Amino acid sequence: MTEENITEINHEEHHKQSIWSKYIFSYDHKMIAKQYLLLGISMLILGGLLAMLIRWQLGYPDEPLPIIGLSDQYMETGEVDGVVDEMWDGWFEDETENWLTMTIPGGVIGPEFYNSLFTMHATIMIFFAIMPILVGCFGNFLIPLMIGTKDMAFPFLNMLSFWVAFIGSIVMLWGFFVPGGHAAAGWTGYPPLSSSVEFSGVDWGQNLWIISLMIMGISSMMGAVNYITTIVNMRAKGMTFFRMPLTVWSLFIVAILLLLAIPVLASALSMLLFDRLWGTSFFSASGGGDPILWQHLFWFFGHPEVYVLILPGMGIASDLLSTFARKPIFGYKAMVYAMISIAVLGFIVWGHHMFQSGMNPALGMTFMFSTMAIAVPSAIKTFNWLGTLKGANIKFTVPMLNTLAFVSMFVIGGLSGIFMASTPVDIFIHDTYYIVAHIHYVVFGGSMFALFGGIYYWFPKMFGRGMNMTLGRVHFWMTFVFFNATFFPMHILGIGGHMRRIANPMQYEYLQDMQWINEFITVSAFMLGLAQIIFFFNFFYSMFKGKKSVDNPWEANTLEWVAPTPPPHGNFLTPPVVYGGPYEYGVPDREEDWLPQDIKR
Amino acid sequence: MLDWLPENISTYGVKIDFLFYLIYYITNVIFLFVAGFMIFFMIKYRFKEGRKSEYSHGNNKLEIIWTSATTIGVLALAVISAPAWKEIKIDLPEPDIIVQVTAEQFNWRMLYPGPDNVFGTIDDLEIENVLNVPVDKVVHIRLRSDDVIHSFFIPNLRLKQDALPGREIIVWFEAMKTGRYEIPCAELCGFGHSGMLGHLYVHSPEDYEAWINENWPES
Repeated sequence: MTEENITEINHEEHHKQSIWSKYIFSYDHKMIAKQYLLLGISMLILGGLLAMLIRWQLGYPDEPLPIIGLSDQYMETGEVDGVVDEMWDGWFEDETENWLTMTIPGGVIGPEFYNSLFTMHATIMIFFAIMPILVGCFGNFLIPLMIGTKDMAFPFLNMLSFWVAFIGSIVMLWGFFVPGGHAAAGWTGYPPLSSSVEFSGVDWGQNLWIISLMIMGISSMMGAVNYITTIVNMRAKGMTFFRMPLTVWSLFIVAILLLLAIPVLASALSMLLFDRLWGTSFFSASGGGDPILWQHLFWFFGHPEVYVLILPGMGIASDLLSTFARKPIFGYKAMVYAMISIAVLGFIVWGHHMFQSGMNPALGMTFMFSTMAIAVPSAIKTFNWLGTLKGANIKFTVPMLNTLAFVSMFVIGGLSGIFMASTPVDIFIHDTYYIVAHIHYVVFGGSMFALFGGIYYWFPKMFGRGMNMTLGRVHFWMTFVFFNATFFPMHILGIGGHMRRIANPMQYEYLQDMQWINEFITVSAFMLGLAQIIFFFNFFYSMFKGKKSVDNPWEANTLEWVAPTPPPHGNFLTPPVVYGGPYEYGVPDREEDWLPQDIKR
Repeated sequence: MLDWLPENISTYGVKIDFLFYLIYYITNVIFLFVAGFMIFFMIKYRFKEGRKSEYSHGNNKLEIIWTSATTIGVLALAVISAPAWKEIKIDLPEPDIIVQVTAEQFNWRMLYPGPDNVFGTIDDLEIENVLNVPVDKVVHIRLRSDDVIHSFFIPNLRLKQDALPGREIIVWFEAMKTGRYEIPCAELCGFGHSGMLGHLYVHSPEDYEAWINENWPES
């Protein structure tokens, strides 16, 4: 089966490719990876802008937005009281009412739009930015190259997977422009708020949110099947499972997680859509259903999903750490087993999102134990990263700086998780900013730093040109400083009892003394946002004008650096044969301090 | 950092705060330990031309040590946490006072059973967003919701419980200090989620008596 596919691709290669088949409907895993990267980066920018709006509202509640809020159009239409009341009626009937005046009348982010903002910030970042980049882009680009094969097992399915994700993205973006606004029930979409128009005022926005996530699930399933098949069947000669780079291991495990978790999400989403459109009552108590059922199904998917976001980061960080420490990774097998245990345990901890949900508290007790247990493999990984640094010869390149940030920020994100694993402490911090701080330390401090590190690291192989490292350093330090200035104080807000998802903390007496912290966070967040402009500029500039790169600029061992830069269709000039593990750095009795996997010792 | 915690006024809040502090100190020590080693290694083993790193693939003994140490550590934390959870959410003490709280978009409706202590009788009294309880008494809240999921949150009591439509959940507390405290909603419940707010009045025995007499004068 797979052999047939490979010959099929080779056959196609002989034909001259049109722009259409080379750049748009390409079967080549590297081009598909770049498509995912571009999709992910565009959505990253959008998700970031939504975050800026959220921060504006929290730092300066109910004040008009700068620039947009003060434009003439706003000064005119914003003062019409009726606009607010009839916010969602007669959407396009009056020509003077455009999208902006309807959504943010008077330039003020109202509570309705605010709810859409944080819902869509999370949805977009998780499903449309981090997953497409970490899983879609890195998975597609690295798996065939790192295991030494020509392409994915199912190139057509691969192409389809991207375009399905693209359609899913369009559907999701469409939601911003329908009457009633976009989904506003949080990224977790708890019914009955999400299942009834009557309760939320959101009509097709929520439907499109559901449909889009279903489409994205189909795309992820196609990708997962492809990744698993490729890794199991198409490894180069000599590439045993325990010679695979940890990045490939992490993506392999992620693919299995997606394969097992997404059907559960899909079924939950179907039920929700049925509840919304065809009057079923799976999640409605008045019709005999149960709103808690959604939470069980959602988090059964949702917790493995969290590991989908962090595991590729762990894999990438391990590879980069070993490469720039110029030292074999400490405890390779322990790393693999830790990731496997995270994946297995990840399926029995979902209830820790539901300690205060009304689920039987005795069940909460058992989930506390399983949740505490999942801290163990994370700790093992951290100690192994630390062990890798001991006795190393550390090169502080830009990818390495990002990797070290990943490790240290993941430690904070992991440790803050212990608080909420303890059920009594969770009573207080559940649904507060403590949770928001925790998730951002894991997903921004973890996944995003690994993502940045990975892009700086593999950019030369992808585009044949290196990124500018001076800009890279400026970007890293600004991101690192303002990331902490933005998200660390959120722990304090959480300890103060500041709820998540409130549009205006000034409505509560006990939160008013902390408003200066909110303002501080907002300023830091804007600086964090500005720092990303450097990255995006560097990214697009270097793609065309960057310094041409050699085949193995980092003197790394793994197979992708054996292939020419950028790799041609089919990747390797001759099929590589693997003789050793991926992390043979500092081998004694060798002149160079690295030993590529395809070189006999 | 934990100075930011709102003042605790509930009996079991002391136990929650104790666990909070305990985990806070433990995680701080671990963080300083890990960060300290990391910074030390980063300085000591920074790149030097011509030097080669230690060629080591790991150490099984160390793996076993830190795996078992963290396992024991986190499970111990779970064991220490369990009794407080049991006390707060599972083994509810007998109530002195019962109030039925129904959440709706975007109010807390407090229903008092009146002198007969039975709900559904003529002397029931419903007050929006104001919860009156006596100090040092065990209060049971029968928590319900009329529409979406809300979360009954009283920061000063260290109390939080989601209110579910179609279900009645009983939570309890015993306030140790009189005063006026806020009751926000902690679960996203729609456009009015922000600003959904009730107040808890913890009365001294005399004040509580007066409040009773004011509302049920004939009894």
